Amino acid sequence: MATIVRPYGDTLDDGKVQLSFSLPVAEGPKAREAARLIVESWGFRDCEVVHSAPMSEDFTFFVAYAKAQGGIDFELVVADDAREGESMSMDEVDAFIRERIGRKVVVVGACTGFDAHTVGIDAIMNMKGYNHHYGLERYAMIEAHNLGAQVTNERLVEYSAKVKADAILVSQVVTQKDVHIANMTQLVELLEARGERSRYVLVAGGPRLSNKLAIELGYDVGFGRGSYANEVATWVVNRIVDKAKAR
Amino acid sequence: MKDKLGLPRDRIDGARDLADKITRPILGFVEKHTTVTVERATLRLAGCDGADREGVPVPNLVVDQLEASGRLEEGALLWYANALIREGRDPGELDARIAAGLKIGDLPLGDREAIRRKGEALARAGLDRVAANRATREALLDRWKGRNNDPLLYLIVATGNIHEDVKQARAAAMRGADVIAVIRTTAQSLLDYVPYGATTEGFGGTYATQENFRIMRAALDEVSEKEGRYIRLTNYASGLCMPEIAAMGALERLDMMLNDSMYGILFRDINPYRTFVDQNFSRMINAAAGIIINTGEDNYLTTSDAVEKAYTVLASQFLNERLALAAGLKPWQIGLGHAFEMDPTLKNGFLLEFAQAQMAREIFPEHPLKYMPPTKFMSGDIFKGLAMDTLFNFVSKATGQGIHLLGMLTEAIHTPFMMDRHIAVDNAKYVMDNIASFADEIEFNKEGLIVKRAHEVLERTLAFLEEVEAKGLFDSIAEGLFADVKRPRDGGKGFGGIVEKSGEYWNPVEESLKATLGLRVGDGRRNGAEGGR
Repeated sequence: MATIVRPYGDTLDDGKVQLSFSLPVAEGPKAREAARLIVESWGFRDCEVVHSAPMSEDFTFFVAYAKAQGGIDFELVVADDAREGESMSMDEVDAFIRERIGRKVVVVGACTGFDAHTVGIDAIMNMKGYNHHYGLERYAMIEAHNLGAQVTNERLVEYSAKVKADAILVSQVVTQKDVHIANMTQLVELLEARGERSRYVLVAGGPRLSNKLAIELGYDVGFGRGSYANEVATWVVNRIVDKAKAR
Repeated sequence: MKDKLGLPRDRIDGARDLADKITRPILGFVEKHTTVTVERATLRLAGCDGADREGVPVPNLVVDQLEASGRLEEGALLWYANALIREGRDPGELDARIAAGLKIGDLPLGDREAIRRKGEALARAGLDRVAANRATREALLDRWKGRNNDPLLYLIVATGNIHEDVKQARAAAMRGADVIAVIRTTAQSLLDYVPYGATTEGFGGTYATQENFRIMRAALDEVSEKEGRYIRLTNYASGLCMPEIAAMGALERLDMMLNDSMYGILFRDINPYRTFVDQNFSRMINAAAGIIINTGEDNYLTTSDAVEKAYTVLASQFLNERLALAAGLKPWQIGLGHAFEMDPTLKNGFLLEFAQAQMAREIFPEHPLKYMPPTKFMSGDIFKGLAMDTLFNFVSKATGQGIHLLGMLTEAIHTPFMMDRHIAVDNAKYVMDNIASFADEIEFNKEGLIVKRAHEVLERTLAFLEEVEAKGLFDSIAEGLFADVKRPRDGGKGFGGIVEKSGEYWNPVEESLKATLGLRVGDGRRNGAEGGR
């Protein structure tokens, strides 16, 4: 049976949505009417422009409310997220590694290319972690190597081979002009050219990365915004065990 | 500012003494060395400019030639002035010939006295332009006195395209910004040259080039005139070309520069020796140009915990202050950084932030403190983010900060939309107008949490500085005492670009800067030793 869901304001199926945006026109009655019409042109009904303010001589900011018309069958929705079900905690991951793998798992992480943002890789790797989720460096059964930012793909590959990594974590924060796609693809090509792709669990992460995109680019998995170290660790150790079974 | 925390004066003086002891060996090293970018900055201030067909800047061509033949230790300007005399041309023509392949290091050195006069004339012309820019700024600030916000509202633009930046900056200034910073493209800090000309392509920011500086300065002058308020322009004198960016900023009348003494070492893995030499020269240029530097202590808190590591911020402020004074900067030019970065789920976190900001204000009373907004705990929840920015705005005004970088509700999502800045300015103006006299009204419970916390951080800072002093700064950096990163003294980028000055080393730009700033050659240490009183 179809279960159609629509936005909820204060009554089921009222479709109420709040919007804010700006237009490159001077503030005034004409700008407000233009804002209302443009919202309705998107398929919304009963648009009310509740606020408008000039941001400069020829830009205006608007806040509007309107009723969305469309709904969606919730039963048919498939989520694209690597984090299915419950993730293990740090202690559980360590216990899992002791029992099922029986040696330390080696993880190498880096923010590659020109990207200078260590924030993502640090959140996953650093001892301290992020938002009360300790990073991989704190895991007793994980040997974590954080190479930091602006690491070339070549260096990452060589380093991973040197320390006999089980998993490689690649962070990409800057996505302007799709620079992350070229960069991530190059890493896969490099690993394949060296015949080393299958050695590693290859993980991509970043605030604007989806699992789907990562898999399309030849990674095993992608972690997006709000992912924590224990979620990444859970996925990685499960995959290591699966890979061993498949052999 | 009234003393509200009762911080012990002798302990503050003790911290300044330690900072002096810690930085003394560094200044000794700085005095004896130059770097490729110090030489290029010298050439730029003497009028050398342009690029060859591949886009390699002429200052790089000159320095690379001289370095290859081991002549850099005598100072690049010696050879440049010599070439000008021999070829009898102005710098523009000589630059074009160097770009076409002329090797000035191969020309025999002529009469030393003539070279000396030529070099001094070049240095004077460059520094006269810098002084004229400073006078222009001071006249404009005087003309529009009292029209800027207090604290100065600081906004960032970062489109990658300088012409698009101009539009965004114009809108931001018209909304009420006092300071516009053009963020640099990702990884420019690791380029060992400064690109040439106007640029329209960048990642996460716009290339810092002299032409881009000029374009933005002209646009902001126009808006200043229209708004009747001086709009300051900021860029980044950091990375491998720190002194060159400072030189270009001085030549194009920038007003502020991000300029930290250790940021490059810790967060960009640039060699420690290289950084200390470069920061000293860049700071002398900033000092002469009347530029306000912004130091980068906020970065400590994006990697480490803001409550636990609060003392590293204060320790770095003392070190930055000491090195800035030693380079001739006056307290009003030293915008020491810190940030509102505590975990928002922390009970009484606001009080701890208040304590930190008030403490910085009282310890550095004349410094225009640069206060940075929450970034680390900002999320996709823009409504929560706006609430956090509101508290940040409150602390900033209530503790009399000098330079206020506006927080964006979309901090964790994208480079700001025009409307994000609009909301940020509105929020700040609302809060700051509403509590305009709050600082004069409020005092603290002497046994309360805020006073106690400030005393604790100061004591912890002293203990930390004592540890650094005992180990030495280089070993402390190598052992990861700062920001939890370990940087060996001979590691990192740019180590190869350090050159020991020979006995014959000659740099009339440096001499003239030191004379202007009242720094004795061979002793940059004791100048301005009164600190921030």
